[in-house]
Amino acid sequence: MKLQSTLAAFCLLAAAGVAHAADPNLGRNLAATCANCHGTNGNAVKGAGLDSLAGSPKDKTLQKLSEFKSGDKPASIMHQITKGYTDEQLDLIATYFAAQK
Amino acid sequence: MMLMKRRDFLKAGAAAGAMATLYGCAGGGKASGHVVVVGGGYGGATIAKYLRMWSEGGVQVTLIERNPTFISCPISNLVIGGTKTMEDITVSYDGLKNKWGVRVVQDDVVAVDAAKKTISLKAGGAMSYDRLVLSPGIDFMFDQIPGLNNADAQSKILHAWKAGAQTVALRKQLESMKDGGVYAISIPKAPYRCPPGPYERACLVANYFKQSKPKSKVIILDANEDVMSKKGLFTKAWTDLYKGIIEYRNNSEVKDVEVGTNTAVLEFDKFKADVLNIIPPHRAGDIAAKSGIKLINNRWVDINWLSMESTSTPGIHVLGDAIFPAPTMPKSGHMANQHGKLAAAAILNQLSGMEPSPTPVVMNTCYSFVDAKNVIHVSSIHQYDAATKTVQPVKGAGGVSAARNELEGKVAMGWAKNIWADMLT
Repeated sequence: MKLQSTLAAFCLLAAAGVAHAADPNLGRNLAATCANCHGTNGNAVKGAGLDSLAGSPKDKTLQKLSEFKSGDKPASIMHQITKGYTDEQLDLIATYFAAQK
Repeated sequence: MMLMKRRDFLKAGAAAGAMATLYGCAGGGKASGHVVVVGGGYGGATIAKYLRMWSEGGVQVTLIERNPTFISCPISNLVIGGTKTMEDITVSYDGLKNKWGVRVVQDDVVAVDAAKKTISLKAGGAMSYDRLVLSPGIDFMFDQIPGLNNADAQSKILHAWKAGAQTVALRKQLESMKDGGVYAISIPKAPYRCPPGPYERACLVANYFKQSKPKSKVIILDANEDVMSKKGLFTKAWTDLYKGIIEYRNNSEVKDVEVGTNTAVLEFDKFKADVLNIIPPHRAGDIAAKSGIKLINNRWVDINWLSMESTSTPGIHVLGDAIFPAPTMPKSGHMANQHGKLAAAAILNQLSGMEPSPTPVVMNTCYSFVDAKNVIHVSSIHQYDAATKTVQPVKGAGGVSAARNELEGKVAMGWAKNIWADMLT
């Protein structure tokens, strides 16, 4: 009974998640939009001059992204790209890359 | 990332399984099935790899591609300009086969039966699918330029707008041209593949002339009212670097050609060139029309932006240059790669009994060389908007380079290496 109510609670949570447009792979999908330049799962091609993001601590990535977005950190292109994502999306992206090897 | 070892695979599978159960309280499970992908360019190669990677090998993927290797359109203008070689823009399909377990078949798809869920191959035989992905790129509307509507004319007056044999042939024509000659490139009305591409090509041919044939000229015959991409940056390069070499003519649609004299026929004018490079208007690759899915203006595939599925024929997903674009979305290799990931995520959800994600995002970055080293970019981010049922450009985001610069010349080659790896290795 306890298990069932726990499951029911999970389902409610999951349903709430769906209502709020969450997909369990949202972070993965968002991070994949970065892979063209920063490599599949954040593993950039070595020697190609672009930053690898795989395994980078979440706070570090997030700070860089927010500094690009605010304009505090000078960039050739990242100041324009970060403005296209919400803060919640940048958080999911940084979380995903931190979990990659 | 290598394909996972068995133990990791099982662990990840258990975690994904728990997640799927949680998310899919109304059903859902691990994705399985057979996806056939037609076309191994920026869209098709990407989705083939991502379906295998994200399903951890659960989904079988067959990629049907007519060419033996991938040859990139982006960077190919540097081959035409003489500073890169074909080898530099060619990548094998071996990574997809050996590392990711994609079945790569070199063939052409000649027919699609959406009701039976089968495709027919030129070499004979049929193949069944659970989901079909068409990433056929573009084909040309040669009938819009009657003099070019035959194989002989097309072997002499080149487009070089699909990288490959024509890239090499156009380079040869430029090398054979005498100093003091005229190279003319025509641009069709938008939408066309790679909006900044023709202007980049004009720069790189002018760069070659400046160094090797300084009395020669580059004429841009643009069917559009104005420069379609990175206008300020391109026109500044033409003034600063190629004054007296590049001449730009707007509202100059090529209506016909006279092959014997290498002459472009405009509405009220004719233009003779030593090397005539005509880019005819395009439409979605032939197989899109042959498959019977809905086209807009008889040219571009109408898709649902949550899954990239045809609006008329669910189960058939279409990527890349073949689709009717979302507002301000360019037809680019980078964007096709993003379409591939959007559709891969949607298909894996659908194959495990879930809806596609309701909040897809795609983005574009495009680098153009204005000489062998200096580059200018344009970028944009497009988020799904439920009200308009399409992806809309985010206001205030994206933009162009402040000025042409060599740093972005290095980044552009880094982009190429990374996106090719993201698709193919």
